[in-house]
Amino acid sequence: MTGFVSLSTAMARGFFRDRTALFFTILFPLMFLVLFGGLFKDAGASKTDILQIGAVPVVDQLPAEAAAGLDQVLSVTRTADRAAALDEVRRGDKAAAIEQVGGELIVHYSAADAVKSATVRGIVESLVQQSNLAAAGVTTPAVTMRSQPVEDQSLKAIQYMTPGLLGWAIATGATFGAALTLVTWRQKKILRRLRLSPVPVASIIGARVSVSIAIAAAQCAMFIGVALLPYFGLKLSDQWWAFIPVMIAGTLAFLSIGLVAGAASKTPEAASAIANLITLPMAFLSGAFFPLDGAPKWLQQVSEFFPLKHLVSSMQDVMVRGESFAVTLPDIGILLGFTVVLAAVAAFLFRWDDA
Amino acid sequence: MQDMSPTIKVEELRKSYGEPRAVDGVSFDVQTGEFFGILGPNGAGKTTTLEMMEGLRKPDSGTVTLFGESPWPRNPRLLPRIGVQLQASAFFERLTAREQIRTFASLYGVPARKADEWLAVVGLEDMAGKRNEDLSGGQQQRLSIACALAHGPDLVFLDEPTSGLDPQARRNLWDVLRDISAQGRTVVLTTHYLDEAESLCDRVAIMDHGRILQSGPPATLVRDLDAPTRISVETGTITAEAARGLADGLEVSDDGVSLTIATRTPAPVLSALAERDALRGLSVRGATLEDVFLHLTGREYRA
Ligand SMILES: Nc1ncnc2c1ncn2[C@@H]1O[C@H](COP(=O)(O)OP(=O)(O)OP(=O)(O)O)[C@@H](O)[C@H]1O
Ligand SMILES: [Mg+2]
Repeated sequence: MTGFVSLSTAMARGFFRDRTALFFTILFPLMFLVLFGGLFKDAGASKTDILQIGAVPVVDQLPAEAAAGLDQVLSVTRTADRAAALDEVRRGDKAAAIEQVGGELIVHYSAADAVKSATVRGIVESLVQQSNLAAAGVTTPAVTMRSQPVEDQSLKAIQYMTPGLLGWAIATGATFGAALTLVTWRQKKILRRLRLSPVPVASIIGARVSVSIAIAAAQCAMFIGVALLPYFGLKLSDQWWAFIPVMIAGTLAFLSIGLVAGAASKTPEAASAIANLITLPMAFLSGAFFPLDGAPKWLQQVSEFFPLKHLVSSMQDVMVRGESFAVTLPDIGILLGFTVVLAAVAAFLFRWDDA
Repeated sequence: MQDMSPTIKVEELRKSYGEPRAVDGVSFDVQTGEFFGILGPNGAGKTTTLEMMEGLRKPDSGTVTLFGESPWPRNPRLLPRIGVQLQASAFFERLTAREQIRTFASLYGVPARKADEWLAVVGLEDMAGKRNEDLSGGQQQRLSIACALAHGPDLVFLDEPTSGLDPQARRNLWDVLRDISAQGRTVVLTTHYLDEAESLCDRVAIMDHGRILQSGPPATLVRDLDAPTRISVETGTITAEAARGLADGLEVSDDGVSLTIATRTPAPVLSALAERDALRGLSVRGATLEDVFLHLTGREYRA
């Protein structure tokens, strides 16, 4: 037991004193989150910002229900300064500016962002029609428009990216950590020195497992902390903490991948190359960086064979899609299955010594 | 543990990594409390022999028994009783000297306080806060020895423990090792320093090409060699011609610094030199283990 504790401490100290490892395990993935979180801040089911110049009766006099519906798709800012408003549209800060001159509703838009201006024009047109119908005395229109956000199916970028990039970070951290510890400890003769001490092999492996889980927990705390900042605006589901078991199962699966990579290589360079070769393509093909919804069917099927796919999708389910812990159980089972098989391979390839 | 069976029993050990064999039929016993040295030129097979005894390598054939048990495969009953300093030091990365020895000590259930004492024993208390990457070669070597001894093993294996140590540290380590031996522990070491072996070891084995050429107490080996005594004086004190005439059967050589006379009967030669007042820079050297080594291996030893 003391062996387990002191080996874990030695391993953790070695890790936290290694600037390069710290950077690539914690800061580097976090930089991706900050970068993409900032870039795609407005992507996904976000609202379109428009300006309203002066009074626009068509909008102002909307019935409460319709106004609420409009609110879900448009964010309207009122202003009196016409010139400044048009300037903002020209610069692309706002999608459009609307003003009403007598019976005429004018939509100022820039052709630069065709999608957004088309959205605004469509919405305004439906407003105009509605008010025309009202003016004609038709109080119950045959067809009404209702807009509903589709948050549940297509997530806002940050909602999607936080679990995705976090899953990738955990996978990389666990794989590299295990692979490099194994190789450098063998190369620096620490393993053969440990072999001469009465410490059980289980304590050595247990130490690596506990350090990897601690590192994964630190990654989670940093990722969620940053994504929750108002600037990025992550919204967690009620039972978000239910991702913890699948996170641990994922760490174990990638740790055993790392052990295989470490057992199979003689130098740290070879071990990193193998670890990269495994984790990087897997990240792209598992939906860690971008959704696979639009990907070809065969790719989606192939991705089922990657542990990262199971880690990421389960984390998304409970962290942001509001699913319960129960939905992660199959993925946990699959990840633990990967762990058992790969750990057996690693045990088979394991060598205390180079010679 | 004062039983009759030896602490270490090695029989007909063989190991090859290819041709020629690294260890080729080595047998010896080491008694409890004995200080045993293995000497031999580079590549003689010392480390390989030691590693098979420690249970790090599987012999191709032959047996090793420590305390009546086999060290191979990894034998958890033996491990707490043996302490090993490997020829290539092994340290955890980026840990300080103190963290290093505390970690190793805790693997044997030894408390931190006791581990710290060992840092002082090898004179590293001032270096305790330094990471092993920042220690000098000799300091690392001392730390490695402390790590091997901290749990008070009954049997200690040291592979060239004093290589890279300054003369002061070397003497200090000798004292430490004599202490350990005086406590009744068994010590096996390899060394290239023949003075070290002569001064520390109860018994030595001289190896070359994977075989033991001769073994026994250093004094016995030296006596059995029956080598001549070497008498040297400063060059120019006496001519080589005159020196040869001092007695019968003298071997005289002059390297330009000293003139050396080799003889099996030094007393008459010395008095003859004294008569001629030719004693400037006199030194008299009897045979040492080095002569035995040289005689057996035919090679200059390289420290
Ligand atoms: N891991 C290895 N792989 C292949 N050959 C080896 C290995 N280790 C040692 N040898 C060879 O075995 C022989 C004996 O080596 P060993 O290390 O036992 O010598 P040694 O007596 O300890 O030498 P030194 O004084 O240099 O430490 C040498 O010829 C060496 O080249
Ligand atoms: Mg050696």
